[in-house]
Amino acid sequence: MLIPVLIGLPVVTAAAVSLLPGSRLRELAVYTGAFAEMILTLLFLFQWIQNGSVPQLYYTNPEWVNPGITIADIALTGFILFLSARYRQWFPALLSLLQTGLVLYTEHTAVIAEAPHMMVDRLALVMCVIIAFVGGFICIYAVGYMKGYHHHNPKVADRRYFFFSMLFLFLGAMYGLVLSQNLIWMYFFWEITSVISFLLIGYTRTEEAIRNSFKALWMNLFGGLGFAVAIALLAFTGGNLQLSYAAEHGSALVLACLSLAALTKSAQLPFSNWLFGAMVAPTPSSALLHSATMVKAGVYLLIRLSPAFHGSLVGFMVSMIGGFTFIVTSMMAISQNDAKKVLAFSTISNLGLIVACAGIGAKETVWGAIFLMIFHAVSKSMLFQSVGSTENSLFSRDIEDMHGMLLRLPKLTYIMGIGIAGMYLAPFGMLISKWVALKAFVDSGNVLLVLFIAYGSATTMFYWTKWLSKLISQHRTRQEVADVTHRDEYLSMYVHAASMVGLCLLFPALAFRLVNPIVLELFGDAKTVLSMSVMTTMVIMLASIVFVPLSMFLVSRAAHSKLVPIYMNGINIGDNTHCVGSFGQEEHLYLSNWYLRFEFGRRRLLRPSIYFAASILVIVFCLIIGGIS
Amino acid sequence: MGTMSKSPWLLHYDASSCNGCDIEVLDCLMPKYDIERFGIINTGDPFQADILLITGGINSQTEPVVKQLYSQMPEPKVVVAVGICACTGGVFKECYNIKGGVDTVIPVDVYVPGCAARPESIIDGVVKALAILDQKQKDAKSGKTAEADDEAGGTNG
Amino acid sequence: MRILSVLGFLILAPFLGGLLDGIDRKISARMQRRVGPPLLQPFYDLKKLFSKQTIAVNNVQLLLNLSYLVFLMISGALLFAGTDILMCLFILSTADMFLILAASSDSSPYANMGASRELIQMMAYEPLTLLVAVGFYLTTGSFQVSEIIRQPLSALLFMPGMLLGFVFSATIKFRKSPFDLSTSHHAHQEMVKGLTTEMSGFNLAIMNIAEYYEIVLILGIFCLFIINRNPVSWIFAVAFCLFLYFIEILVDNACSRVKWSTMLWSCWTVTLLTGGINLFVLLLIQ
Repeated sequence: MLIPVLIGLPVVTAAAVSLLPGSRLRELAVYTGAFAEMILTLLFLFQWIQNGSVPQLYYTNPEWVNPGITIADIALTGFILFLSARYRQWFPALLSLLQTGLVLYTEHTAVIAEAPHMMVDRLALVMCVIIAFVGGFICIYAVGYMKGYHHHNPKVADRRYFFFSMLFLFLGAMYGLVLSQNLIWMYFFWEITSVISFLLIGYTRTEEAIRNSFKALWMNLFGGLGFAVAIALLAFTGGNLQLSYAAEHGSALVLACLSLAALTKSAQLPFSNWLFGAMVAPTPSSALLHSATMVKAGVYLLIRLSPAFHGSLVGFMVSMIGGFTFIVTSMMAISQNDAKKVLAFSTISNLGLIVACAGIGAKETVWGAIFLMIFHAVSKSMLFQSVGSTENSLFSRDIEDMHGMLLRLPKLTYIMGIGIAGMYLAPFGMLISKWVALKAFVDSGNVLLVLFIAYGSATTMFYWTKWLSKLISQHRTRQEVADVTHRDEYLSMYVHAASMVGLCLLFPALAFRLVNPIVLELFGDAKTVLSMSVMTTMVIMLASIVFVPLSMFLVSRAAHSKLVPIYMNGINIGDNTHCVGSFGQEEHLYLSNWYLRFEFGRRRLLRPSIYFAASILVIVFCLIIGGIS
Repeated sequence: MGTMSKSPWLLHYDASSCNGCDIEVLDCLMPKYDIERFGIINTGDPFQADILLITGGINSQTEPVVKQLYSQMPEPKVVVAVGICACTGGVFKECYNIKGGVDTVIPVDVYVPGCAARPESIIDGVVKALAILDQKQKDAKSGKTAEADDEAGGTNG
Repeated sequence: MRILSVLGFLILAPFLGGLLDGIDRKISARMQRRVGPPLLQPFYDLKKLFSKQTIAVNNVQLLLNLSYLVFLMISGALLFAGTDILMCLFILSTADMFLILAASSDSSPYANMGASRELIQMMAYEPLTLLVAVGFYLTTGSFQVSEIIRQPLSALLFMPGMLLGFVFSATIKFRKSPFDLSTSHHAHQEMVKGLTTEMSGFNLAIMNIAEYYEIVLILGIFCLFIINRNPVSWIFAVAFCLFLYFIEILVDNACSRVKWSTMLWSCWTVTLLTGGINLFVLLLIQ
């Protein structure tokens, strides 16, 4: 039985990392822990395939685990209370007390039917593989990254042992979360990830970090409260706490409460604020928690519930909020020049698309949602890592400072380029999924969502292209830059890049062997969303996007061109970076991207969009509680 | 007619002109003269131009600019000096800041005198330049390079 | 048949596009009471550009420009092969992205500005192109071009709003005033020709040929609105395209260039009003 080992191993690694003396040993522990986790996950996968590749249920009657979880829940609440008291934050404390009280009360008063507590099926396994490989390699990346980080930020206290142990603890919690079938268990792991995210955001212990971490905490706890209410409702009305039961028989209010939890976790509007703030955390944690895995827990829950969403009011709410978040945050991403902020906005935006897909709850949309989730996890984690390494080399993560990075940090630029191309270029995965989503939205007859996706893909294109064009600019800067990226970082990034390309090439196989069966498991029957001929076109196009520039490279090699200075009205001085100013003095050339801050700035868009999304939530909740639906 | 003369594109640069000649150059584009009839386009971009049309004498401020614009034009290329100032420096020849005509900086192929030069004579000059342009292309094809001109331009400056 | 049509596109489109450009210049000149250049002037220009010395500011621009051309060809080939129109549009925007990369690779002031403006233009027309594809899907039940042209009734009857919107935003694609912000077909300087500032000789010729492909491609999409099962509709489609092209030329000569924000908001608003409402109606009558 591998499940306890899967969850336990990261916990053991976490303990080892925090207890072992000396950085050498600690690094060794990180490597062993990460690789052991990957191997274990593969073993787990093979075991499952050998058992017949069908959903398997475990732990119908776990005697000692439930009290253990109760105690751990109480301990977690105590911890939150302690920290809240220390920083005088009453709101998170209140939320935490409320929900833990509610869950404990439910657990000990309601009569709950005996049922399996964990389930292993394809969707859970996909999540496991993402957690093991993306997560594991991010941990390895962090080994190199944190060295550079503390080298460049001497003011930040070196608490690396804490950082790594939190990363591993988080991996353990994520395994628990995706494998849980019992909602109380799931809730427990859900809360752990919230708290770890809170601790990692506050890693630097600056005033800003602490403020942002508490913002993240209360928003996630608010979602947790929704989770707790859903548990109580289910227990007292149906006497069953199975996730599958909730998806099949849950009342509208239960579904709405669970969706609320998922929306906060996935940082959808109106709860997006915490994710922008979370960018103060060191980059590996942003890559792991705030783009690749933790925020995916929200959409994972929504995908699980998606069959219930089809044609319901809650589904309408979820898809509207998702679609709205998709377009608004992609607009706001235009006005950001901080690379991590752009990534944060684009993460929220992409999650919005997945949420919208799950909210529609049709087979095609869920198909698209699962694809988006897989591709997004890999490419976004890669982008975060490359930005982090760039920051260590360039001492800045401002996109403006990445002007001409191709000439200065070529390897990192290629990795970043693959990541960006994967995010939006035809025929990479994200775009195909977007295409499927568009088709499915049209089929579901939702005009607004079609409009959202039409406008949203235009704005998405804008911010990625302008970033990419900044990178490949042939601009020589004055100061030389040394690539101080460690080998650990490159190892992780290369693996990510390779798997990104591999995933795109294996797209048809992925679709038929993996995603179709998942949809089958969720809905009881599956439908081929993309015909084989379409897929062949895509593979051909994928080949063309690689081969066209490559062959053109050879062609342009053959052409001999005379190189001259750029056109600056004939007043360049010497090189391409200086010109004569209006007083005859030497001016340094500075080229900036367009950010359209006045039009798309956060200051202009954020508040109205939060109000709008919040009012959707409030109205739908009122309707449900009022018994309209 | 050769390939070049069927679509000569102009770059017009005002080295230190009083704008008299400039207005006349723009006149050529107007409906009355309509030099686009001949496929002539006033591109304003050295990278795409075949003919560099300069008005006004060269002063110390415009000297590097003229040289640079000339160097950014692809071969084959010709230079037309429009107006007496561009030809010789004109009435400003003796001024402290004037170097003289355009040919003190880069090699000039056609001189169009006049103060200001009339549109008819400008067109006439450009047409003369076209013949030179064709000739230069023929020379380039037959192996003779325009390197000598380039060097001459360098040393004159 | 498919192969013939693709080959026809790949071989004839530059000539057709060049001819249209020549007509454009002639008509524009006449509208301005000028004689104008010969009809074949675009081809003389191309011939000259190919014969010039190649100068460049870096080595990657040519590569990116060539990729732009090839992707446009692929996109057009997809349309003329009768395959997925949505894929064709996605590839079209990929092609455009290569053009933007080509311009910004120069890292020069005007080219950079041109690239940014091109990017804004792309953002302005992109929503409508997607909606048009969706409109075709709703009226004909398929994204396949070969299906779309085999309908009993012209798509135009179901999506007049989309057509109107597409005419509006095609002004951007044809690089006509009032929306020719990034580069213009006319003799302009510096900022208005920003995108092509550092392109010379061979490079510029490639860019021009790509533009010709693009013109034909866009006109091809316009034809989809008209063509139906009846062969006579093809004649109407061609006539309609010519009429449309004339309208674009007229607008080009009658309008002054607008600021980018005017372009963006007007395009988005028109998209919403024409495309959005049309889409809504289509979904209702379905």
